[in-house]
Amino acid sequence: MNLTAHAPILAIAVPLLGAFALPLWAKLHRSLRDGWLVLVAGATAALTALVAVQVYTVGIQVYTLGAAWPRDTLTPGGFPIRIILTVDALSAFMGLITALVAVVGFAYAWRYLKEDEGKTLALTLGTLLWAGMLGMAFTGDLFNLFVFFEVTSIAACGLVGYRTWASRGPEAAFKTMVMYTVGGLFVLLAIALLYGEYGALNLAYLARQLSGSLIDRIALALLLGGLLMKAGAVPLHMWAPDAYGEAPAQAVILLVANTQISLYALFRVLFTLYGGVADPSVGWLVVALGTLTLLVAALMAVVQLDLGRLVAFGAVSQIGYMLLGVGVGLTVIAARPAYGLVAIQGGIFHMLNDAAAIGLLFLAVGAVEKASGSRNLGALGGLGHDLRWTTGFFLLGSLALAGIPPLNGFASKLMIYQSSFLLSPILSALAILASILLLAVFVKAFQGAFLGPRLRKAEPVPVPMLVAMGVLALGVLALGLFPELVVRHLVAPAADALWRGRDLYLQAVLGR
Amino acid sequence: MVLVLLGLWALLFRRNLVKVVIGIKIIENGVNLYLVATGYVHKGVVPIYTYAPQDAAMVLPTPQALTLTSIVIGLATTALMLAFAVVIHRHKKTLDGRKVTELSG
Repeated sequence: MNLTAHAPILAIAVPLLGAFALPLWAKLHRSLRDGWLVLVAGATAALTALVAVQVYTVGIQVYTLGAAWPRDTLTPGGFPIRIILTVDALSAFMGLITALVAVVGFAYAWRYLKEDEGKTLALTLGTLLWAGMLGMAFTGDLFNLFVFFEVTSIAACGLVGYRTWASRGPEAAFKTMVMYTVGGLFVLLAIALLYGEYGALNLAYLARQLSGSLIDRIALALLLGGLLMKAGAVPLHMWAPDAYGEAPAQAVILLVANTQISLYALFRVLFTLYGGVADPSVGWLVVALGTLTLLVAALMAVVQLDLGRLVAFGAVSQIGYMLLGVGVGLTVIAARPAYGLVAIQGGIFHMLNDAAAIGLLFLAVGAVEKASGSRNLGALGGLGHDLRWTTGFFLLGSLALAGIPPLNGFASKLMIYQSSFLLSPILSALAILASILLLAVFVKAFQGAFLGPRLRKAEPVPVPMLVAMGVLALGVLALGLFPELVVRHLVAPAADALWRGRDLYLQAVLGR
Repeated sequence: MVLVLLGLWALLFRRNLVKVVIGIKIIENGVNLYLVATGYVHKGVVPIYTYAPQDAAMVLPTPQALTLTSIVIGLATTALMLAFAVVIHRHKKTLDGRKVTELSG
């Protein structure tokens, strides 16, 4: 079997089938389950990396399901009728982010989750969520996008609410599920509208046919609404703090990656599908939503007293930065000035930085909760005496998130600031204001939880959890110290896929 | 379209969790009906090649496959939401959306 040609579908199939086998192994013995998980996670990460290497060195990878040869995208009539996976640099980049987050999350979960509190369930759902995210990143087909959207929705809500012995988890999960399902139905309605008009579901084929009629605009509005609901941008963000606050820590970083994948799908729709009929007003809408998101979420974070919810609002505000960066790029894509590309690079680089920094913060919050049994800032205090490493990691993560210079948040935020300044100085002023607010919030949280006299005894944090946090902390430092390397080799091709990669994308599928 | 709007109305103004789920189902049925309708061909026959008469106009099979997939997915989401509603009821002894909220902001 030719592994490189089949790698895109295997990267989705291995975790999908592996997840369903996980509970069966757990019935026999839990060490078998752990071994199986290591096997599945290792294989998936390796396959994702293989796909990424292929994409970055050779070019866009396409895989047609059920064709005689995986590269045969068209039927004899010259019409893409089969399900096609299309992996370009941006998809591969998102795949790498999910792989990083999932591997770190599983390492953390090994000692974080207790065996009798549904560890098997959590690991199964986590693997399923990973499969769904890879599917959303790699698909080249609108209906497939919807299917994987729902796979991630169900798995994510299961992760939020599987702890049914507490009442808060299921409540957050119900809320999240309602939002996800309605979002999914909006997406499905948009797909139905587009299918009704053009009779095809393939992204590339539709992108070539799209004429910008009224129906197309309604479909775009529905797609925007549905995907933003899942991404947690501000008018539709009410599920995010609940879900982030109530889910177990290793699941939260998967949920963060999940919102990023939803943003990826949004960018794919905006740039590739609607790239031909792009309108600056849509770009301005995205910019406005991004600015609103980062401001409102930062303001809401100020008043939170629960450490988990505080970090959750920090996470929502980061979505705003990504929307702002890519929105600035979309606004000026017709003229293609240099700062538009910088803005998109900033927005995409920020996804990676956000996965590392906010992931680190959520894992540190999980460690605090496990060690001290509480997340209430009023009851916590002086944890720095007992949890030295966790304290350091939390400090590092919050400084990175607020965009303090040597760390990774600064590198990408600087790119967003300088490019949005060229579009409109007010935007970058608002973005910097939100950053300063976040810094104040995290100084308050850090001071409240870790400094001061010792208020309660804290258990030591297990080593695997520290190692998982350490990996992300190293990532935060490395991305901050050597941003140019990452930007040049990983981010620039991914940003270029949005900026001028549309024709290449269409060519790779349609062949002309 | 009417069903979609009706479902949205139920979603926004009903407080009972089960009614919210029903609202979502109504939206979903509206969308599914629309999907099926896009595949309609005038005087079409069932898209099964074996039994189709010669030179018959077949109904498009793709939307039907899509609708089936969407129904299956809808079943899963509904089951999950109702399961969460049951768990919430077990904890709070009520299904009123205004009374169950512990989380806000």
